[in-house]
Amino acid sequence: MKLDAKIPSGPIEQAWDKARFDMKLVNPANKRKHSLIVVGSGLAGAAAAASLGELGYRVKCFCFQDSPRRAHSIAAQGGINAAKNYPNDGESIYRLFYDTVKGGDFRAREGNIYRLAQISVDIIDQCVAQGVPFAREYGGSLTNRSFGGAQVSRTFYARGQTGQQLLLGAYQALERQVHAGSVTMIPRTEMLDLIVIDGKARGIVTRNLVTGALAVHIADAVILASGGYGNVYYLSTNAKGSNVTATWRAYKRGALFANPCFTQIHPTCIPVSGDYQSKLTLMSESLRNDGRIWVPLKKGDQRPPNEIPESERDYYLERRYPSFGNLVPRDVASRNAKAVCDEGRGVGKTGLGVYLDFSDAISRLGEKTIRERYGNLFDMYQRITDENPYKVPMRIYPAIHYTMGGLWVDYQLQSTIPGLFVLGEANFSDHGANRLGASALMQGLSDGYFIIPYTIGNYLATNKFPKVDESHAEVQSAVSEVRQKTNKLLSIKGKRTVDSFHRELGKLVWDYCGMARTAEGLEFAIGKIRALREEFWQNVTVPGSGDDLNQSLEKAGRVADFFELAELMCIDARDRNESCGGHFREEYQTPDGEAQRDDDNYSYVAAWGYTGPDSPPQLTKEPLEFHYVHPSQRSYK
Amino acid sequence: MKLQLKIWRQRTSTDKGAFVSYTVNDVDPEMSMLECLDVLNETLIERGEEPVAFEHDCREGICGSCGFMINGVAHGPERATTVCQLTMRHFKDGQELVIEPWRARAFFPIKDLIVDRRAFDHIIEAGGYISVSTGQAPDGNAILVGKDIADQAMDAAACIGCGACVAACPNASAALFTGAKIAHLSVLPQGKPERDRRALAMVAQMNAEEFGNCTSIGECTGVCPKEIPLEVIATMNRDYLRASWTRREDQSETILPFTEWSTGSKLQSDPTSRD
Repeated sequence: MKLDAKIPSGPIEQAWDKARFDMKLVNPANKRKHSLIVVGSGLAGAAAAASLGELGYRVKCFCFQDSPRRAHSIAAQGGINAAKNYPNDGESIYRLFYDTVKGGDFRAREGNIYRLAQISVDIIDQCVAQGVPFAREYGGSLTNRSFGGAQVSRTFYARGQTGQQLLLGAYQALERQVHAGSVTMIPRTEMLDLIVIDGKARGIVTRNLVTGALAVHIADAVILASGGYGNVYYLSTNAKGSNVTATWRAYKRGALFANPCFTQIHPTCIPVSGDYQSKLTLMSESLRNDGRIWVPLKKGDQRPPNEIPESERDYYLERRYPSFGNLVPRDVASRNAKAVCDEGRGVGKTGLGVYLDFSDAISRLGEKTIRERYGNLFDMYQRITDENPYKVPMRIYPAIHYTMGGLWVDYQLQSTIPGLFVLGEANFSDHGANRLGASALMQGLSDGYFIIPYTIGNYLATNKFPKVDESHAEVQSAVSEVRQKTNKLLSIKGKRTVDSFHRELGKLVWDYCGMARTAEGLEFAIGKIRALREEFWQNVTVPGSGDDLNQSLEKAGRVADFFELAELMCIDARDRNESCGGHFREEYQTPDGEAQRDDDNYSYVAAWGYTGPDSPPQLTKEPLEFHYVHPSQRSYK
Repeated sequence: MKLQLKIWRQRTSTDKGAFVSYTVNDVDPEMSMLECLDVLNETLIERGEEPVAFEHDCREGICGSCGFMINGVAHGPERATTVCQLTMRHFKDGQELVIEPWRARAFFPIKDLIVDRRAFDHIIEAGGYISVSTGQAPDGNAILVGKDIADQAMDAAACIGCGACVAACPNASAALFTGAKIAHLSVLPQGKPERDRRALAMVAQMNAEEFGNCTSIGECTGVCPKEIPLEVIATMNRDYLRASWTRREDQSETILPFTEWSTGSKLQSDPTSRD
């Protein structure tokens, strides 16, 4: 298979205009003849469903939560980037493009990123018009802050709840379409398989999470906006329900999965406190604007932070990266935190933590200003740890936060299955090997509001959609596979709970395919994951039945998919013999411990195809070309 | 520490339901309330019993999925804290916690601690938005919004839609929820053109969903994890009153409330044929 990204030729500045002009259109009267399925109601899904509904398509939108407003985009805190250059500080579309290509460590497509930077300005306008209460100056104009990986202030925010406000904006736009009758919202429903007929995505099989009823939904195209797979690590900053099932089932139906090993470890999370821990809590990266990160100079220094004099502190990011300081990108900040903890200089009970100290900022700006900027984050920290961050430094440690990998898509956001489009974190497209802060919200909304409404029209206008009903053999076989799998999970009646398997799997993936990886470790992990997966299918216990609300059954299905994904992640990580962005192979580093890319051999997207339960996945490479930003050793020094 | 949990168990929406007592040993003071239920559920599953069903997702206090009554207080004893961020250090060794779902006619029960809150979506659907389609927006800075106004809007917009306000209200009123969205949008210049219509439609839908009336008791704001101020209800009432004087001709059509989780029990074919 040859992967064609379908990037328009010619100057990059005009590529998206050209692509839009070349696309076929669906005339307004014909739009309502087309039915579309959107899976997921986060920023990408809600924005897509609302925008497509506005255009006049008949849309069904699905989410597993009780309401579309719960989607995990809601938890994003810090902000959203846009190349508005309101602060007059040197920002431009080209600079946002440049920073994103470099931040992704040259493992993403230039064409996609340029388009993202262009669209970023429209997103802010759209959200303001919807009533998103962005932070303002006294004079009434929008205000900005800086964020990791950038030297300009391009981040728009709504206190520490930017994701919430953007999602509510998209959710309200979605509800407006529900009211108008163009979108049907189907909550508490999980997609369990993709229906592919004559090579095209034509529908999905779902399970109603309250009644257990399986249902078939047929449409002319299917849009997955189901988020990332960070929960493969069990402990992550993702919501407990976030899962890979929708994209994984699409993978097993023939969509390629790209760069699964590119996962992002966020540097500022509250450290783990005990074995019962169910998830990790993120502290927004924006805190690094005013907080200074340090550890004691001496190993095993047990003194409370306030008793450690300035001269015995190591502000290691400021020391190693004088020009970016505490604002280095996430992968660099995380890796350095791990390094100082590995040296035995970590803080807190477990020794897995570093200080994020606001005392300088408070004495410079006053507590009131800091409270205005980060009040809700400080409150959250105090609620969880019972420590007052206005008085003592926060303790933070990296945690898995975002997954850059996902289903492979072309410039039109179409996967390798025609009619299957993938948006937001669920696709692999824009962040390469490392995502810059405040870029996930930008990408989700860009895909949903401003890209899919055009590209799906082109697909619909250039294809025919023969009528399909549920008696079709492909539909029947998809439904019976789902039913069999559900029954199988319920019938094992073993001894171990789903969570105990998930926890053990997560630990394996974190230890061997987390912040640092080696070929040997990955090989070992693959063996362990397979063995554990076998045990899962022999010894898991799922109480209750499939005919009502059964949260254990929901979890079991998701964990079963995480097992398979975990193996693919390790295979991908083992195959990529270089370090880049969040993928740090210990064998490949510069003398001073930075990631060492190998552009001669690995400047490609690794897209994996499913070949069957017992055969290895097949690798297809999409070579990456850089015509504008020339690959260089990333330096933030 | 050790806790007694007296939890409401109800298999389905039509079951009668009853309290069942459980003892949880080894409760760590750093655990969250939901992690304490996780620990209980693990032991129940190992014993072959059905775990306690409860709603949760982000576990960061922002998605609004979680929530139940603890000893009669929505989200438990800590101010401005959802149960997912309520740590067990606030309870004493040996204490009994009575845990039950939100109870309101508009929130019908689904299972154990899970209730259906789609009535909230209906209220938003009726008019909780600014009617601007994708692509119609002017430049962000073309609409100036003073910092005080933006802050006021943000205070109201912080609502997470958890339903604690309804559960705490003796009348089971949704005035704080509805008022929060009305206040968020009506103070902003972008929301002004639809202010009257929005207030009429959302209040009409709130009433259609069988929420009770607001009698200004204030329990709602007391339990609100985002501390939505009571003034939003005054804003709602003002907007509604103003709108009923000026737009009496606007008869809002309300959406039929849900009365059960009504989506068939067997395999359904595609019900897209709406036209």
